[in-house]
Amino acid sequence: MNVVVCLKQVPGTTDVKIDPQTNNLIRSGIPNIINPFDTYALEEGVRIKERCGGKVTVISMGPPQAGQMLREAISLGADDAVLLSDREFAGADTWATAYTLAEAIKKLGQFDIVICGRQTLDGDTGQVGPELAEMLGIPLVAYVSRIEELSDKRLQARRMIDEGHEVIESPLPVVITVTKEINVPRLPSLRGIARSQSAVILVWNTQQLGADPSKVGLSGSFTKVVKIFFPQRACQAEVFEGELEAQVDRLIDRLKSAGLI
Amino acid sequence: MEYFLTEQQKTIKNLARRIAEEKILPVRAELDEKEEFPWAIMKELANADMFRVFVPKEYEGLGGGCLELALVVEELSRVCSGIAVGYAATALGSFTLIGYGTEEQKKKYLPAIAGGKLAAFALTEPTAGSDAGAIRTTADKVEGGYSLNGTKQFITNGGEADIYTVIALTDKSKGPRGASAFLVDKDTPGFTFGKKEKKMGIRASATRELVFRNCVIPETNMIGKPGRGFIMVMKLLDLSRPGVGAQAVGVAQGALEAAVAYTEQRIQFGQPLAALPVVQDMLAGMAIQVEAARALVYAAARVVDSGAYDYTESSAMAKVFASDVAMKVTTDAVQVCGGAGYMKDYPLEKMMRDAKITQIYEGSNQVLRNAIANDLRKRKAKA
Repeated sequence: MNVVVCLKQVPGTTDVKIDPQTNNLIRSGIPNIINPFDTYALEEGVRIKERCGGKVTVISMGPPQAGQMLREAISLGADDAVLLSDREFAGADTWATAYTLAEAIKKLGQFDIVICGRQTLDGDTGQVGPELAEMLGIPLVAYVSRIEELSDKRLQARRMIDEGHEVIESPLPVVITVTKEINVPRLPSLRGIARSQSAVILVWNTQQLGADPSKVGLSGSFTKVVKIFFPQRACQAEVFEGELEAQVDRLIDRLKSAGLI
Repeated sequence: MEYFLTEQQKTIKNLARRIAEEKILPVRAELDEKEEFPWAIMKELANADMFRVFVPKEYEGLGGGCLELALVVEELSRVCSGIAVGYAATALGSFTLIGYGTEEQKKKYLPAIAGGKLAAFALTEPTAGSDAGAIRTTADKVEGGYSLNGTKQFITNGGEADIYTVIALTDKSKGPRGASAFLVDKDTPGFTFGKKEKKMGIRASATRELVFRNCVIPETNMIGKPGRGFIMVMKLLDLSRPGVGAQAVGVAQGALEAAVAYTEQRIQFGQPLAALPVVQDMLAGMAIQVEAARALVYAAARVVDSGAYDYTESSAMAKVFASDVAMKVTTDAVQVCGGAGYMKDYPLEKMMRDAKITQIYEGSNQVLRNAIANDLRKRKAKA
């Protein structure tokens, strides 16, 4: 079973600050990590390999420092790693990202299952996995919480939906996106870390990828970020302090004066 | 303090710390309370290759030495030394085999240990503690091997380990010079487990009696030559004592950190406890002790790893000093945290209970001080 896992390096925090002057994300001082949802994708890929044989290839589109994340993925059980890195890839929206990843997966050759996290911590769109399936022309099973069966030809997976879950069957190859319910990612091993330190990370740019330069990065993106801003608070909260009874009295006064009671 | 560890040593230490913080911390109080053996954690340690650390490379290990082992034991003990002991005792149960085993024995057992099968070392008996020469378990020559008879007591990993290194008398008439070492598989007929001990500390570790009744083991399971058992044991314990020192350093470090954290957030007299000079004096004293103990343990481990012929004294000093520090520092940590330190909702009372054993096992501190003093006198006599 040849497994491809897509990974993204993201800032390791959910408390992202925005520079009020430039409206850009403040990334300095925040260590980069593997997108948490992608760690479940990687773990599931490694488990499939351990169960069925084959290999796990991790790919990521990002700046050169994302290579470090790919090494970490190798310490966690991945066999090969490809970094898609080119200045031309910068500014890509989900569409251009999916195109670039799809081109890389096609270039890798034979594959049976592509696994992505359900969404990223930073972009939060959840679109890349589905778009990737579309561009590869293969089926998608999104929000997978358990792989029920996997054979050479067929996948049966349980996916989460708003009302519960459903079990979907799909031929291979297939793209799946996974939720955090699917597994508990492992810690690295000492031998894995040693392997990751000496591993060769392939780096492909637009040319090596054989991609259409007009379809990658900012130029290949349909969505344009016009403005990033902190939403204005629509209402102002008032916090009463002091003795409880005095607080209740003040609350009643305020509600009365506002004509609410 | 900077100890100039290699990149590999740092990797080992960091990963051991991660396992301790992510996997052991959430369960340590419960395992201590229930006296439950931490199998899930042993599996985590095995998956992370921690059992390979002390196994030679030829047998699927990573070929680390006494220092690498000490780093793992220290980091695990910083969070829970009871759990660390299940790991450390496996190393203790493997060292005689690693040092004196035949190629066939090593090939048979070491890859399994590297993969996470637990081992144990069995010397102590009801009549033989510090006076190890007083053991009574016998190994009589029979058709096809040896027949073991006797009872071993207080055996760490007893009942949980698959592989046991057992010391027994092959020639009763010679006393300690008639002792030999044997590898015994858990499922050998005639080998059963007796009383499981209830303990003051390190309660997540298993401590049990081993009972041998006409337990026949093949001749090929003898480690080294007949009658060499005690010499091997003495060497083994010299080698393993820095590990007990590392356990002590880990507990003390954990207690120090918990004490600093608590005294920073506990407000009395309008300020954090840690701002009071009397408390600061205690915290600083604890920090100095822990660092001195660590320096001595690492130094002794490096002496062992250097291939030195005799390291009895260095290894004993490291064990005695670090374990006394652990007892002092955990006691002081409970003290500076006051009532909270004494309560089970906080980790300090457990650390104080856990620290005590390090002064007792693998040579009580009194026996080891005696050995150190003997070396001093021997050197004086030679001078």
